[in-house]
Amino acid sequence: MKITYDWLKDHLKISANEDKLLEKLTDIGLEVESIENLSEGLDLFKIAKILKTEKHPNADRLKVCDVHVGNKEIKKVVCGAANAREGLLTVYAPPGAIIPKNKTKLVVAKIRDVTSYGMLCSESELNLSNESDGIIELSSSKYAKNIGKSYFSKSSSNLIDLSITPNRPDCLGVRGIARDLSAAGFGNLKPQKDKKIKSYKKQTLKVKIIKEKNQGCLSFGSCLITNVKNTESPQWLKDKLISIGQKPISAIVDVTNYVMIDINRPLHAYDADKIDKGIIVRNSKSGEEFTALDNKNYKLDNGMCVISDNKGVLGLGGIIGGTRSGTELDTKNVLLESAYFDPRSIRKTAKKLNIDTDAKFRFERGIDQLSIEDGLNKAAFLIKEICGGETSKIDIQKIESFKNKVIKFEPKTFEKVTGFKISNQEMIIILEKLGFKLKKEKKFFKLSVPSWRPDIVQEIDIVEELVRISGYEKIKIENPIKERLKNTLNSTQKLFHFLQRAVASKGYLEAITWSFTDSKYNDHFKEANKEIKIVNPISSELQVLRNSIFSNLVMYISKNLDRGIKDLSIFEIGPIFYGSQPGEQNTVVCGLSAGKKSRLSWIEKERNIDIFDIKRDVIQTLVEAGYDTEKFYIDDKSPNYYHPGKSGRIFLNKGKDKAAAYFGEIHPNILKTLDIKTESLVGFEIFLDNLKLPKKPLKDQKTKYSVSDFQKSERDFAFIVDKKISVQDIVSVISNIDKNLISNIKVFDVYEGENIPENQKSVAISVTIQSLEKTLTDNDLEKTNNLIIETVENKTGAKIRS
Amino acid sequence: MSEIKNIRDQFKSKLENDLSIDQINEIKTELFGKNGLISSKFKTIGSIPEIDRKKFASDLNEVKDELQNLITSKISEIEGKKINEKLEKEKVDITLPERPFVRGKVHPVSQTIDEISSIFSEIGFSVEEGPDVENEYNNFTALNTPDNHPARDMHDTFYLDENKEVLLRTHTSPVQIRTMLKDNPPFKIIAPGRTYRSDSDQTHAPMFHQVEGLHIDTNINMGHLKGCLNYFIKEFFEVEKIKMRFRPSHFPFTEPSAEVDIGYEIKDGKIIIGEGDKWLEILGCGMVHPNVLRNVKVDPSKYQGYAFGIGIDRLAMLKYGINDLRAFFDCDYRWLNHFGFDPLDVPSNYRGLSR
Repeated sequence: MKITYDWLKDHLKISANEDKLLEKLTDIGLEVESIENLSEGLDLFKIAKILKTEKHPNADRLKVCDVHVGNKEIKKVVCGAANAREGLLTVYAPPGAIIPKNKTKLVVAKIRDVTSYGMLCSESELNLSNESDGIIELSSSKYAKNIGKSYFSKSSSNLIDLSITPNRPDCLGVRGIARDLSAAGFGNLKPQKDKKIKSYKKQTLKVKIIKEKNQGCLSFGSCLITNVKNTESPQWLKDKLISIGQKPISAIVDVTNYVMIDINRPLHAYDADKIDKGIIVRNSKSGEEFTALDNKNYKLDNGMCVISDNKGVLGLGGIIGGTRSGTELDTKNVLLESAYFDPRSIRKTAKKLNIDTDAKFRFERGIDQLSIEDGLNKAAFLIKEICGGETSKIDIQKIESFKNKVIKFEPKTFEKVTGFKISNQEMIIILEKLGFKLKKEKKFFKLSVPSWRPDIVQEIDIVEELVRISGYEKIKIENPIKERLKNTLNSTQKLFHFLQRAVASKGYLEAITWSFTDSKYNDHFKEANKEIKIVNPISSELQVLRNSIFSNLVMYISKNLDRGIKDLSIFEIGPIFYGSQPGEQNTVVCGLSAGKKSRLSWIEKERNIDIFDIKRDVIQTLVEAGYDTEKFYIDDKSPNYYHPGKSGRIFLNKGKDKAAAYFGEIHPNILKTLDIKTESLVGFEIFLDNLKLPKKPLKDQKTKYSVSDFQKSERDFAFIVDKKISVQDIVSVISNIDKNLISNIKVFDVYEGENIPENQKSVAISVTIQSLEKTLTDNDLEKTNNLIIETVENKTGAKIRS
Repeated sequence: MSEIKNIRDQFKSKLENDLSIDQINEIKTELFGKNGLISSKFKTIGSIPEIDRKKFASDLNEVKDELQNLITSKISEIEGKKINEKLEKEKVDITLPERPFVRGKVHPVSQTIDEISSIFSEIGFSVEEGPDVENEYNNFTALNTPDNHPARDMHDTFYLDENKEVLLRTHTSPVQIRTMLKDNPPFKIIAPGRTYRSDSDQTHAPMFHQVEGLHIDTNINMGHLKGCLNYFIKEFFEVEKIKMRFRPSHFPFTEPSAEVDIGYEIKDGKIIIGEGDKWLEILGCGMVHPNVLRNVKVDPSKYQGYAFGIGIDRLAMLKYGINDLRAFFDCDYRWLNHFGFDPLDVPSNYRGLSR
């Protein structure tokens, strides 16, 4: 909402300066968004006279004009306007002036080899109207004596742009803002002294509101003004509209705009001669169409509130009028409409047809139902004054009469909500200044809500009014009590934070990427999941919810590789989606590592990052998070986006849970398709939802401490075994033989090739044998030794290497 | 006697030469070996006349000790020299780089969330979360923002279906609804998380982070709201004093509603929080609207309280001097490394929020 202090003063008796005003506006919830000095630099634009025109030597359509700009100064100006002619009074802009329309600064310029000192302006260039055909023509009777003087009258009032919250339609009118200010003690609201039209003539154009279900128009006021001469608006009206950045158009349109801004009362003016017989306000029928004032043709659905005549739709009530009945400069008879439309109906229709107009913006927030007559009086009076003619009596049709809401308000509620006190007397003053009618009862006030406040419906709304106007600075600070009755984080949240920092501590940089992604990337990682599309994405690259974090990380790692960063590890912890319903999401920690280890190190041998690097990161993270590596089970069934031979799944317990994690090399095909340039790309995913939370808190998790000081013996074994037998199986067989005796099983060599039969491998394992109860004899050790060999051979088909 | 002395003198001078360990060992054998000069002398003790025997034995022992000590010290001298030579040879250039190590970082938004949680933890808030995909009811209707209400225009919403029933949450306020539906009052929670709006330019990202706060009890008023936020802002920015301004505003789910500005100034191109006369809007808040309480079956005549919503990314930008919101989600390795935090820097109550 744009206002000026000058306009406010039409309604407010006040002498404070503008800074005070700005402060007060913000203090009462009418936030000042910006302040602009529209008239700055406008004094450069001078009234000037063309003394002579000549054809431009190098251009047919251009003229070189000698322009008298005052003080006997003559300037040469190149002009392209057809109406530039000798003797014309117009507006001259010198070099240095900034053209309001496009904000460009004029300079002395050569136009086709002729130097032009400034410019002659059209109305459109000065933001005065949309008239861009030719330069301004000023009437010589009025301006002849003013050559050299500023064209614009000086205005010291800045343009103040307020951000009005959607609950305050009343403040979409200058008077509403003035009323709020006066309630807060900033000036006194002047009484409305609008002249009423006096007429005994009946409004002869019949208006009928059809009573039907969901009728969006509750009342329709009208006034017929006959024999008018639509014309240019008088200067005061033009100045007023220009002062808030609007362009004057014609008197009738300007008056309706003025009334709308002044008291937030939207009006519509019809050319009465173009209305066939009378006005019918009704619901539209599917398929009806009309051309609106924005020159677009709209096809209507059933049930939209239309203003129509016998021939069909004239306009959408409260949203936009139609071209068929619009007023023009030659309009003789005007029908002024001042109606009330239901906000929901307005919003529904406007949304469906995708129309946004000033009227719609106001009606969908709720217009004062009792302003119908005021608006008509104010506008009709002005039109008659400017355009002449005769006004009819005001006619109001309605299907529902308005009743002011009544709210019971207990004064003590105020303190209960705000924590501070104001006296009943103060409350009464504020409420009455805001327009409430108040009746004091025993324990409460009976408040009649002013018709311009549709937002006020219950007690809490009254509290808001009172605290807003009294000032939020009066609210006393109650310092919080440092007391914790409940854990801040639950176990799942603790796990989240733990994993986040555990992974970061392994050398990964944490990234946060969008929850949506490009299907081009997502398709590689979505597996059997369905694609979850966003109906209205910002761009096609962000059109689906991610099924995997890889969809984003792979793209970003590729971008980083392209930046020349060769070795990098990144991870993200966040949601992935498997359905479009709330809750159909999982939390995943996903990491990616690219490039080499120890690149260009003088001491370490450089090598590609590999699957066992990433496996260490995953296993270590899980172990740190409290899971028992002894129970882990790993298989090679991983999703298709991993290298089929170099990837796997980790289960926290064999055969029990869903996979806790995947890890492996990213499939070489993906690297090729997405053109990712790196020596090696490995990744992992840990699924938080598949990690069973510990049943016991850490304090109860520690088992009894017991270690053995009896002599231990380390024995090495080398088995030749089928390649398909996993080392995990051999280790598991050994560890299950006797958990009390056998520990610390280490795989220290795996070998295939020379001396080993085809499809077989040699696995060398070291085992520690130690008893908790005694020193083992040679005999004991030999027995265990043999048992290990025998069991491994039996269970895995291995042969001990001799 | 003189014979013993001769041996002593002869060998003492021998041992004064520059000798190798082998040479010393040879001397040792020569003297104390089975048939060594000194050993043989000991064998003669029995044949020495009684009267001289005692003296002879004593002299012999003395010479033996003397030479033995001499040999031992000579050996250790040579060995010491050898070790020193070895150490000298082993010297490395210790300015050569250490073996390579890697260092990970935690994203500034994550760090900020942990800082926020830590601060609110001290005054008794616990953390609640909700899904990113929400239904229209939880995100709007239950929060007193019915369909066909212009307040919905304040949020540019991403929808997942044509009927606009499923959407990406536009704020973390639906967690309020979920929490209040699930449990009974009192409620004292914060809800940090991802939020989405179809808005994208230099200062807006289609995804950002918000923390919602909710405190409902029988006696919670606007003074508590002011106190809570005052405490939070002071703790968060780690400053002694904060300039804070509550401005009336409007949110459908709170009434009365306020926007909160904090005072700041720009010094040497850096933003200083808590001083100066410029205002910066950092959050929205208010008393939970009775309609919202009714929607979640909490009796507004018994319970009341406040709610607030803070942009986490913006807080992080202000605190850590980050200028570009878009960079948060751009995943530039250099940026992550620059603005990220060491994983060991866990914000905590006893150690403080940051180093």
